[in-house]
Order: sequence, then C-alpha cells, then structure tokens
Amino acid sequence: MSPAKRLALVLAVLAAALLVTGAVALFVGSAAISPRAVLNALAGRAAPESVERVVTLSIRLPRILVAVLAGGALAVAGVAFQALTRNPLAEPSVLGVTSGAAFGVVIGQSVGLGWTFLEAAGLTAFAFAGALLAAGLVYLIAAIGRELSIQTLLLAGVIVGIFFSAAITVIISLLDLNRLGGVIHWLLGNLAPIPPRALAVFTLCAAVGFWLVARRARELNLMALGEETALLLGVGAERLKLTIFVGAALLTASVVAFAGPIGFVGLIVPHALRMLLGSDNRLLVPASLVGGGIFLLLADTLARNVVAPAELSVGVITSLCGAPFFVYLLRTRYRANL
Amino acid sequence: MPPKLLELDRVSFAYPKPAGRRAFALSDVSLEVGAGEIVGVIGPNSSGKTTLIRLLTRVLEPASGEIRLDGASVRRLERTELARRVGVVPQSAPAECPFNVGELVLMGRYPHGPGRYFESRQDHAAARAAMEATGVLELADLPLDHLSGGERQRAFIARALAQEPRLLVLDEPTAHLDLRYQVEVASLLRRLHRERGIAILLVSHDLNLAGEVCDRLMLLAGGRAAATGSPEVVLEESLLSSVFGCDVVVDKGEPGRRPLVRLTWRA
Repeated sequence: MSPAKRLALVLAVLAAALLVTGAVALFVGSAAISPRAVLNALAGRAAPESVERVVTLSIRLPRILVAVLAGGALAVAGVAFQALTRNPLAEPSVLGVTSGAAFGVVIGQSVGLGWTFLEAAGLTAFAFAGALLAAGLVYLIAAIGRELSIQTLLLAGVIVGIFFSAAITVIISLLDLNRLGGVIHWLLGNLAPIPPRALAVFTLCAAVGFWLVARRARELNLMALGEETALLLGVGAERLKLTIFVGAALLTASVVAFAGPIGFVGLIVPHALRMLLGSDNRLLVPASLVGGGIFLLLADTLARNVVAPAELSVGVITSLCGAPFFVYLLRTRYRANL
Repeated sequence: MPPKLLELDRVSFAYPKPAGRRAFALSDVSLEVGAGEIVGVIGPNSSGKTTLIRLLTRVLEPASGEIRLDGASVRRLERTELARRVGVVPQSAPAECPFNVGELVLMGRYPHGPGRYFESRQDHAAARAAMEATGVLELADLPLDHLSGGERQRAFIARALAQEPRLLVLDEPTAHLDLRYQVEVASLLRRLHRERGIAILLVSHDLNLAGEVCDRLMLLAGGRAAATGSPEVVLEESLLSSVFGCDVVVDKGEPGRRPLVRLTWRA
C-alpha cells in the first residue's frame, strides 16, 4: 500500500472512532437526559430554554469540541518535541513547557484578560511567551555542545516545571481570593465550555501550530538520522528546528490558555500510535491530531461521569494514566539509552 | 580542459579552540577528483580526514581556499543541489534508528523533491535500484536495528546512492566491520564504480583497503597533505613509518598488483 493510501485509511479509521467517542460523550453525563431527548435537542426540536437543549448544545457539545481540539494539539506537540529533541520521552508537560505557558496565562489573567476575541488572543500570546521562555530555559540548561542528552533534558524540564509552578503559586496568593476557585480548577486542566469567540481563537492558533509542524513532517524523519546527516541530505536543520519549536510551543500555549495545563497527552497518544503505525512522522503527525482528540475526549467523559454528580478535572485523569505510562516506557523501551 | 568534478583549492580550516584541547585543522590542502575516478584519503586518526568531508559538504566553511563542484564554488549551491551531486555515507549512524531499510533508503530522495510530503513513483524506483545495487532489497522491510554491521553499512550506502550523486563519499566505511564485511564493502565499491561510473572519495585509515580500491591516494598527516599520487607512490615504507609513527613493511608484489602494507611487530 502506498503511504498516501495508508495515511488516508488510518485517518478514516480514526475519524470513525472519533465520531463514535463523540456520540458516546454527547449521550452520557451527570444530568439524566434520555438519548431521545438529546436527539431532539440536536435536531432542534427541543424547547428553547429546556434542560435537554441547554445541556446538549451549550454544555456537552462545546465541551466535546474543546476536548477534541486540546487533545489533538497536545498530541501533535508531543510528536514535535520528541522529533525535535530526538528524545522519546519528551512532551510539553515533562519538558516544563506547559508550566511556562500556565505561568503566562496566570499573568494574563491577573492583568484582567477575559474572553473577548482580542482578550483571548492576548491570553494566548501570554501563554505562548511563557511556553517559549520555559522551552528556551530548558534548552539552555540541557544543551551541552551540540548534543542534548536524554537525561539532562528531562531533568531540566522537571526543574523548569517546578520553578514555574512555584511562580504561579506566588501570583495566585497575591490575587483576589474570590477568583481563586476558578484558577485552581483551571490549573488542574479543565475542559469547561468556553465562549465561541475564545473557541475561534483556540482553533486558529492550534491550526497554525499544526500546519507549522505537519508540513515539515518529512524533514523530521530525516532529523532522526542526526542533524549532520539531515544537513547532508539538504535539510536546513536550524530553520527546521526553529519552526518546529515555535509550532509545538504555540500548540501547547493555545491548549493551556483555554483548557489549562493538561499533562501527558503528548506522551501517551504518540507512543500508542507509534506501536501501531511505526515511526514515520508523516503518518504520526496527522494521526496524533485525531488520536489525541479521541483520547482526551475519552478521558474527559470519564472525568465527568466517574464521580458524578461531582466531576474530576480531566488533567487528573491524564496524569493518573500518564505517570505510570512514563515509568513503563522508562523501564522497558528506553532503558538501554538512559 | 573541462573542470574537475571536485576540486579542493588550498583549503584551510581550524576548529575554534576549546581551552586545553588540541584544535584539529587542515592547512593548504588541495585535491582533485575527476568524474568516475576513485580517490582515497588516508592518514592516522585526527589527521583531518573527516574535517575534509565536512568541508566539502558545507557542514563547515573553510577559513581560506575554495571548494568547487563542476567548477562552481560549493558556497553558491543550495543544500539540496549539493545533496543531488554528492552522497555521503557517514562514519557513525545513530545508535537507535526507528526506521526500516526501505524507509531509510527513501530518505535519500529528499533532495530531489524537498517540497513533497510523500515520495513520487520515480523516488520509489530510484530507491529500489539503489537497494538492488547494494544487495539489501530483500532486507527492505527489516528495522535497521535488526541488521548486522555489514548489512547496515550497505543500507546506508544504498541511501547515499538513492540521491543519484555523481560523487559518493564514504567516511571509514569498514571501521567497525568484521574482515568478511570489509572485503564485501570493497568489492561493492568497485562494482558500483564499474557499473554506474560513479566517482568515489574514500576516507579511511585502512591503508590496504584504500590501496586496493583507489586510483589515487592522498596521505594526510596533521592536517597537511604529506603525499598525493598513485598507491604505488604513496604507500611507501619510510613515508608511512614516519606519518603513522610505527614500522611498516610494504610488499610491492608482482607488477600489476597493488602494494600491501604490513605492520612489523616489535618484541
């Protein structure tokens, strides 16, 4: 089968799985609404202010959209960071980039940025600046000569992550106490529905980030041979690294700005897909976009229902899955390299 | 006279000097490789052999002098253009490479269509021909990690051939190989040269491999060309003994056979 056909097949299967997951997420939840009522609401036959209409169209549907978008963006950012650093365990939250972006968002919120189109864009810009700052710091700490050693990079990521988490706590302590509850919920990773304008900004930023990464997927494959070999094959390695760096930071930042710092999606999804599809980034990048959406949607549906009528933050679920998965990868697949 | 395929014209280079470390350098090195010629660069470790390759592939820029391909300075060539003319088999491949042989060889097609997301049908045909030429076609679906040292080396040669270069550059192609694979690589190079008319620049500290395969040799010592000429001229006892710092004996053999270098072991 030609690679193009294989990609089309993979995307078709994943899209079908996403539709099924989306349907499930739409029909289950803490509000007891019958499937028939959900269908009525979807078809526009429910009364304007009825419970089924509000829950289905204003709560569940937007939440599904945010989950799919955030999951896809985080998974693609994970593939990008893994290829960029040639480190299979790299991922936005492990590298501290998520914490940096969260720090940016908290600063943005403390100066009063809200959910209008411009303010949402401003918030993303703060998150992006924070992500770049954290990633730059990690790189500076970990770069020894031309090599990025796997262990040093991970340690640098953890250290930078701890630092920004502490900085966030400082700012929150200075904030108005009445707003604290919302911030803490957001800090755990929270897919609460966001206004359509904010969703538009989110989609736009994630799309730009995805485009930056996806169109260089073939070059990312060549980078796996080492930077010098990639150069010998005609890849402008410096420019490629910068593009991927910016793209991955933007993907991470947009998620953090609108859904909070959700960890480990960029580790779990790309590795699961790699086991199924191999290491070709041209398959992996688009497949991660859809696969990440499926994964985070599943995690969020679980988070909404497992302790109903209360709900867990989705970030708690991903971390509960992600941390053991990280240990598994560390102990089995990459032991030899560490 | 048409310009040579590759010309190094009095090229010098020095690495930025880290404190307390020796800076390896090349000074005033000139070398020509004609179309379809096999030229060897030999010399002890850190004599500048790999630096020479990195200069002619523009990984490094020379401090002075000029490197030309078909008469044009390599500085003016796009990297992809350079990669379509010169294929390099690097000395060491990454320890962990997640791709299979076929995927690796297809990567050699990148410079022929850097804007493409997937390779074209011609790309697949060229990769297949390269794998046939080096005898790794039946290994195409195997992961690189499952190959023996010799198979791995042939896979990397196939990747360089898929670039369809006019000049193939090999950096220590037999360095970590068993004797049997060393012979295999040597005969592969000769066959490629014969069948494809490809020019080869072979960089090696294996004097006998270089003497056996190459038309001409350059002996590097401490970044300078100690001698350039036919194997009979360069593989000379007193010259090699002084450059390598140990006693060697050169068997000149019968006429028509290449000289053979032997170490003499002291008690």
